[in-house]
Amino acid sequence: MFGLFETGFAGFTWGNGVMLAIGAVFLYLGIAKKMEPLLLVPIGFGVVLVNLPFGGLMECVVQGKVVEAYAIGGEPAGLLSRLFRYGLVWEFVPCFIFLGLGAMTDFGPLIANPKTLILGAGAQFGVYAAFFIALLLGFNLNEACSIGIIGGADGPTTIFLTNRLAPHLIGATAVAAYTYMAMVPIIQPPVIKALTTKKERAIYMKPQLRLVPKLEKILFPVIGAITIILLVPKSAPLIGMFMAGNLLKESGVTDRLANTAATAFIDILTILLGLCVGAFMSAGVFLKPASLMVFGLGVAAFAASTFFGIILAKFMNLFLKEKINPMIGAAGVSAVPMAARVVQRMGQEANPRNFLLMHAMGPNVAGVIGTATAAGIFLGMLG
Amino acid sequence: MPREIIEVPITGKIISVEVKPGDEVKEGDTICMLESMKMENPILAPVDGTITEVEVTAEQVVKPGETIAIIEYQ
Repeated sequence: MFGLFETGFAGFTWGNGVMLAIGAVFLYLGIAKKMEPLLLVPIGFGVVLVNLPFGGLMECVVQGKVVEAYAIGGEPAGLLSRLFRYGLVWEFVPCFIFLGLGAMTDFGPLIANPKTLILGAGAQFGVYAAFFIALLLGFNLNEACSIGIIGGADGPTTIFLTNRLAPHLIGATAVAAYTYMAMVPIIQPPVIKALTTKKERAIYMKPQLRLVPKLEKILFPVIGAITIILLVPKSAPLIGMFMAGNLLKESGVTDRLANTAATAFIDILTILLGLCVGAFMSAGVFLKPASLMVFGLGVAAFAASTFFGIILAKFMNLFLKEKINPMIGAAGVSAVPMAARVVQRMGQEANPRNFLLMHAMGPNVAGVIGTATAAGIFLGMLG
Repeated sequence: MPREIIEVPITGKIISVEVKPGDEVKEGDTICMLESMKMENPILAPVDGTITEVEVTAEQVVKPGETIAIIEYQ
């Protein structure tokens, strides 16, 4: 008989209520506040969908029994659990998102000013700082790596690494990475202000960078991929796809492929990834002390990366004749272009003559390379 | 009277121009919006003064070093 006990209300728990509220907050931030809507809207709606009981979107079959939450060892049987298994766990989605990102990335500012590569690498100290904090708090080595990488502020890399090292944490780390990426404009400014004086933030940097010839832009992804993958082989899936996408853009003869990779291709993958990440946030999976701790540590990792990026920029200024604005170190986290945008806005607030966007894009894209390489190093040690 | 030339900092497209010759501006006021790297960026007045020339229009593609506007100030 169709009655109350056959509807979702019968299985609705207080945890589902909490998660629906969290999903609603994501949707509000994305739609009303326009905070990274391309990420927060699909993630937020995924959270809503998976917390409506008996929907079966993430169900799996474990030893002949159907369970509603995603089970690592089980056979996926729901719409999104299948997508999660064959898209995320099999690594197609995060790695091919990197191909799309590569097709959208202009390495020009980095090639024109290679010093910024150091800043992108410097921000990765935050990854290792969070890794050690997680170890001290009792997480094991694999879990600590997956938590530390959140500090790189790179969603696909976080998913890629967590899937390999600590798959049970994938929901918490992915959601933390994407949430904090969306919240870059909230998290970074206080850290930047705490570490710099107004005089430092006002440091003027000449707008015009060297014009990078086409040949250099073509050679960069080829030489970059060969060098990084030879040094850190386990970074191949991410760095390889990233540089492949960039070569499509810069070669000048594959515009159709580059345009598709940078638009429809990455958009489709972003929809799938967003829904899957949200769908991993069912009450039963997410409302656990370990997940909440990961979420809390994620913000520490992110702040630590910002911290180290700025400190390194200030350290470099001790030796540079022409000073750099230390804020561009904060863009060394790989949230492209959110972090560069924060630096641009704060630079103009401190000095209306400043236009730091292209100076900040150098460390910003270097941060993407840095985080993917850090993930490769962790995998090389533990994978 | 001293003049301040506001130049295009980065290749992009002017989306809107917020001032015209004769306008009084204060330091930090928006002169125009420049779209570059898929971002909308305000170009701000570096000093208090009067706009004497505006050399860009909306939808115009601009290159680094080109003049956006000239401000005369005390």
